Amino acid sequence: MIKFNNITKIYPHGIVVLQNVSFEIKEGEFVSIVGKSGAGKTTLVHLILGLVVPTSGEVYFEDVNLNDADPYEIQKIRRKIGVIHQDYKLLPKKTVYENVAYIMQVEGRENKEIEIEVPKVLDVVGLKNKINNFPNELSGGEQQRLAIARAFVNNPDIIIADEPTGNLDPYNAYEVISLLQKINKAGKTVILATHDRETINKLGKRVITIENGKILRDEAEGRFII
Amino acid sequence: MFTNLKRVLTFAVNDFSRNKGISIAAIFVLTIIIMLVTGLFFFQGIAGYLASKIQDKIDITAYFKDGAQEQDILNVKAEILKMSPKIKNIEYISKDQALASFNEEHKNDAVLNQALQEVGSNPFLPSLNITTNGDPSQYSAIATILQTSDFSNLIDSVDFSQKKDIIEKVYSIISNINTVGLILGIVLIFVAILIIFNTIKLAIENSSDEISTMKIVGASNWFIRGPFVIQGIIYGVIAFLICFLLSGISAYFLSPQISAALPGFDMFSYFLTNWWIFVLIQLGFGAGVGIISSFIVVRKYLEV
Repeated sequence: MIKFNNITKIYPHGIVVLQNVSFEIKEGEFVSIVGKSGAGKTTLVHLILGLVVPTSGEVYFEDVNLNDADPYEIQKIRRKIGVIHQDYKLLPKKTVYENVAYIMQVEGRENKEIEIEVPKVLDVVGLKNKINNFPNELSGGEQQRLAIARAFVNNPDIIIADEPTGNLDPYNAYEVISLLQKINKAGKTVILATHDRETINKLGKRVITIENGKILRDEAEGRFII
Repeated sequence: MFTNLKRVLTFAVNDFSRNKGISIAAIFVLTIIIMLVTGLFFFQGIAGYLASKIQDKIDITAYFKDGAQEQDILNVKAEILKMSPKIKNIEYISKDQALASFNEEHKNDAVLNQALQEVGSNPFLPSLNITTNGDPSQYSAIATILQTSDFSNLIDSVDFSQKKDIIEKVYSIISNINTVGLILGIVLIFVAILIIFNTIKLAIENSSDEISTMKIVGASNWFIRGPFVIQGIIYGVIAFLICFLLSGISAYFLSPQISAALPGFDMFSYFLTNWWIFVLIQLGFGAGVGIISSFIVVRKYLEV
């Protein structure tokens, strides 16, 4: 489903973030990408979304080479991916309800469907009583939960979670990981980028470990070892 | 399609009302700029009126020899009209009319009346008074016709040559005013466009992260750009309404003062006669530049 072929990414001023990285993620997999802060996890996520262009190598999404994809193809791919960004990327001038509804509106879903689905998802993440609040009126944990609700609402083929539990207490963190597992069991692909040792060790799923821009390990039932 | 359009409209109205500070600032700047451009149009109207008044005062008089037949003079008039159809006015003044006009003008001047009586007969010559469109080249052309054509033997004198320098000087001043006005106008319009562009840019830059996020979640360019373009229209239309009202009210209240300084020029009538040009200029500047600016600025942030 997603294939990284010999990817190297060098940012301006010669900062090498990824070096000859190759791996493949199959449909329905649960893959954790682990590494220290600054190891290149977020760049990997951005490469899948077409937000960053590799310096060399190719990223394939369902056989489409993102290097050659036109803006319309990139737009279609992004709609298939639900992303929980590390910095949430919420829409500050829209309410909690509107933030989640926007994702469905982008896809052209009917208003009736939106009116049913959005409250449901907000209920799941515990934000039903905050639907009319703006993101800046939410705590860090609530903002993260809103980002999660937004990623799930369209029932996407892939969920990419970039540090989704960073601002959550252990109970809510467990809830989020459980939710990701449930989604994976329903046949969806999940990519989890984190440096949360405990979470990874409990999962018992595939782990790709990155260090200094290179893949250190890629194990089918990996553990957090750095 | 209709659902999306409705959504884009709702986003625009929500963003407009939720960013009151920015919206008011943008409308304020747009209003000031549109008023400046409107002022320029009023100035152009006043300058045009002045120029036409001055040009109307410049004419050519061809004096015919004493004894020239009225029919011959009327034939000359017809001939001039045929050769130079752009003439504004051509008037035949007979000997008697010239005398009557002189008497009327100097009826209280005993010395002149006395002198006229001493002459004993009517000393005035029949004449053709020609008013052109104000272009000195037309004056020269008509003067040439009068002096060189077949009927030149009927003509005693043409007073163009005495007025030539004044005419050319006046025309040169008018022409300079027009050129300077045009250059100033272009510079002002250019500055106005830049200011509006920057105002819209500041308003949209505030949402640059939001635009990137919308792009990342897969929104189409149109879906992202639409609300900003519509906000540009809202800013422009509100600024236009304010300016149109202000222009009308200013024209109404300033009209008596302007008329006192420039007799015959009614600023409010000028506004009423040209109201559609005011609408075009103000809407064109407000909404037009607003839309184009929004379109260009959002494009910059859509490259994600």
